[in-house]
Amino acid sequence: MSAHRFAVNVLPKDGILDPQGRAVEGSLGHLGVAGVSGVRVGRRVELTVEAGSEAEARAIVEQLAAELFSNPLIESFAIESMPAVGAGR
Amino acid sequence: MTVRVGVVVFPGSNCDRDTLRGLELAGAEGVALWHEQGSLDGVAAVVLPGGFAYGDYLRAGVIARFSPVMRAVSAFAAEGGLVLGICNGFQVLAEAGLVPGALLRNRGLRFLGREVRIAAERVDTPFTSLVADGRPLRMPIAHGEGCYYADDTALDELERAGQVLFRYVHEDGVRAGAEGDPANPNGSARAIAGVLNARGNVAGLMPHPERAADAVLGSEDGLPILRSLVNAAARAAGEAPRQLVGSANRAPVAVGPG
Repeated sequence: MSAHRFAVNVLPKDGILDPQGRAVEGSLGHLGVAGVSGVRVGRRVELTVEAGSEAEARAIVEQLAAELFSNPLIESFAIESMPAVGAGR
Repeated sequence: MTVRVGVVVFPGSNCDRDTLRGLELAGAEGVALWHEQGSLDGVAAVVLPGGFAYGDYLRAGVIARFSPVMRAVSAFAAEGGLVLGICNGFQVLAEAGLVPGALLRNRGLRFLGREVRIAAERVDTPFTSLVADGRPLRMPIAHGEGCYYADDTALDELERAGQVLFRYVHEDGVRAGAEGDPANPNGSARAIAGVLNARGNVAGLMPHPERAADAVLGSEDGLPILRSLVNAAARAAGEAPRQLVGSANRAPVAVGPG
């Protein structure tokens, strides 16, 4: 068994209204920033999984991402590997 | 025996007492069901109440979906048992896939606590059999994520199959428009305020009938919905709803622990 650290980035699917993203985008003028568009606001979940291999651990993360961290009707997700637990901490 | 209707209590539920009271007014014995219990104590119908189950963390309703009581509710629904989700309860049902669609953040971004009007699209369901056809019902909403969403194909299918149960309407009963119409407070797709599952035994709606179940609350328009459910549950259980004396029924509510 080894520990594997992942991050799951969840975003509203393309075409799904993202009122948070719209509100953030609408506020940019107040900062005097121009030329920014396509703001989407999502969430990020980081987790450590103990498993026999990286592939096994990733399969568990895939399941959690699809069933819990995201709602497949309205959100998409992307999984990224992170440095091993303890490394650099 | 009075028909028993369960109200699930999640950590963060805050309309459970009101819903138990509303069910009592509608002629049932309300039974509180704790989220950690794996059985429904033999109730004839289940209501998932409003609130913020598990703090609405991650997404409203999603953590509640995996609680022991929801396994029992899913099994109950699969056998044809009657389940009604109100507000956060609707969000839980949607996350659990027990009703179609999803509830997104309100288009205006704000949490909305105010009175709205809805009308039943169908009055031949266990949830609306005592609702007057087409009459606008006045009751409150109180939610931050109530914007009903399904893709256009799914919406067409819902309409075709008669699964749209309630829509937001204007005072005169005319269907609310889409985004920007104040009568559709959260910007729900096709002004949908409540839906049914395909089998017709599970329903969810965002407005709060239990907060409009007693004249002292300013409206009794929610009571026909609760009474419809109680009557249907009584039929399912082979029992009678308690004899009611209109809204003059002021029996004290016996609420169990938790």
